[in-house]
Amino acid sequence: MDGFLASPIGILAITVAQTLALLVPVLIAVAYLTLAERKVLAAMQLRRGPNVVGPFGLLQPFADALKMLMKETIIPSGANRFLFVLAPMLLFMLAMIAWAVIPVQDGWAIADINVGILYLFAVSSLGVYGVIIAGWASNSKYAFLGALRSAAQMVSYEVSIGFVIVTVLLCVGSLNLSDVVRAQERVWFFIPLFPMFIIFFISALAETNRAPFDLPEGESELVAGFFVEYSSMSFALFFLGEYANMILMSALTTILFLGGWHPPMHMEPFTWIPGFVWFALKIALLLFVFIWVRATFPRYRYDQLMRLGWKVFLPFSLVWLVLTAAVLKLAGWLPA
Amino acid sequence: MASLDRAARSLLLTELVSGMALTLKYFFKPKVTVNYPYEKGPISPRFKGEHALRRYPNGEERCIACKLCEAVCPAQAITIEAEPREDGSRRTTRYDIDMTKCIYCGMCEEACPVDAIVEGPNFEFSVETREELLYDKSRLLANGDRWEPELAKRLELDAPYR
Repeated sequence: MDGFLASPIGILAITVAQTLALLVPVLIAVAYLTLAERKVLAAMQLRRGPNVVGPFGLLQPFADALKMLMKETIIPSGANRFLFVLAPMLLFMLAMIAWAVIPVQDGWAIADINVGILYLFAVSSLGVYGVIIAGWASNSKYAFLGALRSAAQMVSYEVSIGFVIVTVLLCVGSLNLSDVVRAQERVWFFIPLFPMFIIFFISALAETNRAPFDLPEGESELVAGFFVEYSSMSFALFFLGEYANMILMSALTTILFLGGWHPPMHMEPFTWIPGFVWFALKIALLLFVFIWVRATFPRYRYDQLMRLGWKVFLPFSLVWLVLTAAVLKLAGWLPA
Repeated sequence: MASLDRAARSLLLTELVSGMALTLKYFFKPKVTVNYPYEKGPISPRFKGEHALRRYPNGEERCIACKLCEAVCPAQAITIEAEPREDGSRRTTRYDIDMTKCIYCGMCEEACPVDAIVEGPNFEFSVETREELLYDKSRLLANGDRWEPELAKRLELDAPYR
């Protein structure tokens, strides 16, 4: 048995099994996130939400998936067929491969690489290509405008996200995501770096094109944004990708600020629960806040969005970065 | 001082937090939705729903073919043909309502001198084909038999206002 597992095929088999063990729960989580969103929004508007398909509407995501699969795939005659089909696949794939470096528990990352954060940052930046390609290949004004907005927004907020991440990295001294979590053994970073935590979360909302920064899909002016022309499974891939990105950003927030797999306190009742459950709970909490924010705030105007990104968050995070660096240096807390 | 106050407020996101608190409060409030197919809202005795032709308690149909409803119907949805029966009483041989034309104004009900044609409390009579909405006399009488207890109660409740 040892011989087989050490052989190239064995390693491949183990990797595939690990990938499935991570991605299947992620996809189920995506499916149920759509239901949770509808339920939470409904509750906040004193409605019931889906409650007919299965007990409490629990089978609704599967009904939706089935509906999507049965629909006809429409490719507009003016569209660039190859790119039009490629874009949703690209976006979905990027949302999935980013999970490779996420440490679910101590040592439970498929690829525990030392440039984990850099990898995540690279993958999330590539997401812009999916958006632009989709908007351009559709050959439609609405899709194109939506894509431009989306791309500009994602790029602007990535800058402040970058500074926030650098601040955290200063406190950790490593780009390895597992090390980031291990550094929070005693105190989670959202306590000393609270303002950065808020900036990161708001930027994550903008990065994933969620309300109140959902102008790329602003229904009132752009119909649906860069994916107006998509239908059936290609639309479903965009949808899945968007929600998977939400979960990914929540996971990243958890790793950077909420102590990843660590329980709130290292003592008896909390340590009974395994780390990945804590990790999932923290992600669920953040996702609830995502939806909660959507239920609360109206959409930003585009110039306000750009002003917030470039004239508020960027200088603020830059100042805070320098401040953190100075404090760490002067107090001698810089990690070795 | 005022500008300091404003700056502190916007930096600490007080307004955003109070907005979030409000939505969270609503999150825990009881829902107002009526769970429709299982739960229905109250209906006034004057509610104008599906039509019905009523009978007297002895089983005799009320309609005397005066054709007032046909005359008053603004949508001309009602068609009546009448002939004396063997016993000499005047009865309809045909009483059709085109439910696709009907505007549910209730004028037929108002015009009827014998409370024969009424609009009942039923609003769930959707069907899959247009033809099923062309009601004939037997269909209307069947409606009357089905809803009679409620129809009588509604007429009684509304009587003081007529």
